[in-house]
Amino acid sequence: MKKQHNLFNLFTTFLKIGALTFGGGYAMMPIMRKEVVEKKEWVDDDDILKILIISESTPGVLAVNSATFIGYKIAGFKGSLVATLGVIIPSFITISLISLFIIQFQQLTWVAYAFKGIQAGVAILILKAAMKLSKKIHFNLFAIAILVFSMLFALFMNVSVIYLLLIGAVLGIVYGFLIHVKEAKTDVSNPS
Amino acid sequence: MFLTLLNLFWMFFKIGLFTFGGGYAMIPLIKDELVGGGYITADALINFIGISESTPGPVAVNMATFIGMSQFQDMGIGYALLGAFATTLGVVLPSFIIILLIASLGSKFLESKIVNHAFLGLKPAVIGLIISVSVGLIVHAALPNIDFKSLNFDFSGFNFKGLVILVIVGGVTIFYKKMSPVKIILFSAILGMLIYGLIPW
Repeated sequence: MKKQHNLFNLFTTFLKIGALTFGGGYAMMPIMRKEVVEKKEWVDDDDILKILIISESTPGVLAVNSATFIGYKIAGFKGSLVATLGVIIPSFITISLISLFIIQFQQLTWVAYAFKGIQAGVAILILKAAMKLSKKIHFNLFAIAILVFSMLFALFMNVSVIYLLLIGAVLGIVYGFLIHVKEAKTDVSNPS
Repeated sequence: MFLTLLNLFWMFFKIGLFTFGGGYAMIPLIKDELVGGGYITADALINFIGISESTPGPVAVNMATFIGMSQFQDMGIGYALLGAFATTLGVVLPSFIIILLIASLGSKFLESKIVNHAFLGLKPAVIGLIISVSVGLIVHAALPNIDFKSLNFDFSGFNFKGLVILVIVGGVTIFYKKMSPVKIILFSAILGMLIYGLIPW
């Protein structure tokens, strides 16, 4: 473990990871694993699993979470800074370049047609993402109610998405507490 | 200028802080803060998502850079880059700080019951929000004059070509479940060119 490493090497590795992944997030994990576990042997599979678990329960961008975590693990604060910069610089450069030309491009009739088609593609992609995420939760009455209410409120009301998320979190805490109390009670009434 | 930059930074900091579950979970927040605040149009946001999906790099960072670049484009490339810097830094910083704290202090906090319970409500809420965005987009593609927020169900302006593209792309992605986002975007772009460009009515 922890073969030779220096900050420059760390930077270029994450630069490569940022430049080679489309979609980011989970799509990135196989490439990242290959680089940092198999090739460089900086971290092991347990660490990758740990990053995924931490990312599930913290906000933020998975690519940045992973880069920060691995960078810190192998070279402290400097390492986390260098790895994070590495993973975002390819995006920053590519998108800056594209956006300089996109306005001129969009005025071309055929490009405008293409973007009209892309609108449908994006709508489908977002729906697919929601379906994929919903596989990760356990659907009971509580979860279904929260899902339906947050969907309807976001669709029909002028209410900030952040409030809807906070309300979801608070209701989750209340619900978890009630379940906890109920379990404690049944334990008392049925001493087995 | 400086205030706008600060504002952009702060909006994307909030977006980064409240994004649970990857780039797509960001979209309801971006729509709320930036389309709602009049920084970008709903159509521009969809184009940004399409391009961010089909270029390398994390979608969240791509979108932040894109929107930042778009804000000061008329003032020259230097200002545009400054805008992109503000938004990208904003979206990255919450992740960076939180993971740094966890990596240095340990993840005991995450194992607490309160955090686990909060996610019981947070996860379905995120999914509901993402579904609301896609429902809005799907309806908009076929019936562009319907406005859910003002309960204005105006069925005029029915876009048959939009519906056809939606059905084809939807059908193909149901059939080929493993189709990557890049391919879905490319496929729908070609379909858009064919249907809008070659069919006369």
